[in-house]
Amino acid sequence: MPHKVIVDCSTGEITEVELTAEEIKDMEAAQKAAEAERKAQEVIAAAKETAKTALLDKLGITAEEAKLLLS
Amino acid sequence: MATYTLISSNVLASSAASVTFSAIPATYTDLVLRLSLRTNNSGLNDSLSMIINSDTATNYSFRWLRGNGAAASSSSATSASAFSSNAGGVNGDTSTANTFGSIELYIPSYTVSQNKPFSLMGVGENNATTAYMNPIAALWSNTSTITQLNFTPVSGTSFLSGSSFYLYGISNA
Repeated sequence: MPHKVIVDCSTGEITEVELTAEEIKDMEAAQKAAEAERKAQEVIAAAKETAKTALLDKLGITAEEAKLLLS
Repeated sequence: MATYTLISSNVLASSAASVTFSAIPATYTDLVLRLSLRTNNSGLNDSLSMIINSDTATNYSFRWLRGNGAAASSSSATSASAFSSNAGGVNGDTSTANTFGSIELYIPSYTVSQNKPFSLMGVGENNATTAYMNPIAALWSNTSTITQLNFTPVSGTSFLSGSSFYLYGISNA
């Protein structure tokens, strides 16, 4: 059974508590949501990079040349 | 001169789904966390999720840079219900055996009645061509004093044995 660790900073006591069925369900739902969010962010970042590369190709300049133009 | 004081620590003797520091004293000016992490995620890396004071409202925003040895990227998240380290500083279970990612998390002025900015530097460890590292600037939009920090893996279901969590308070920062 998975458990959680709680460190009480006021006493230094460390407690290991088994997760309830509801906590496991909540944790799995939160992890699914977080993983989906992370993948969505990666897709956005990859799309931005692809669009940038396509634009540079269209302009016929390198990333360094683009930086020079904007400096 | 600023001084570091160890408030609490925990090195996992067995895997755990989450680690929480509760009842954090309000007697310091800043907090620093030093974490060494590996999860059971079946990938090279994982991410660290952090929830402050059990707040799962959409009060977290963050921007990160990320490099893996071949490519670099940057992106951001707003109105998130938890902070995520986004692939930096947490080894997954296919990274080199017995290695752990490293994270330093800095939370300045954690007791002031203002929104709380914080930063993270994460570095993965992997004896191969690909390893992730990333710095993150983040904000918790809440004015409460920070009294509790909860950590879970984003992709995996547990931190593996040997993962360590050290919480320091800084005085006179």
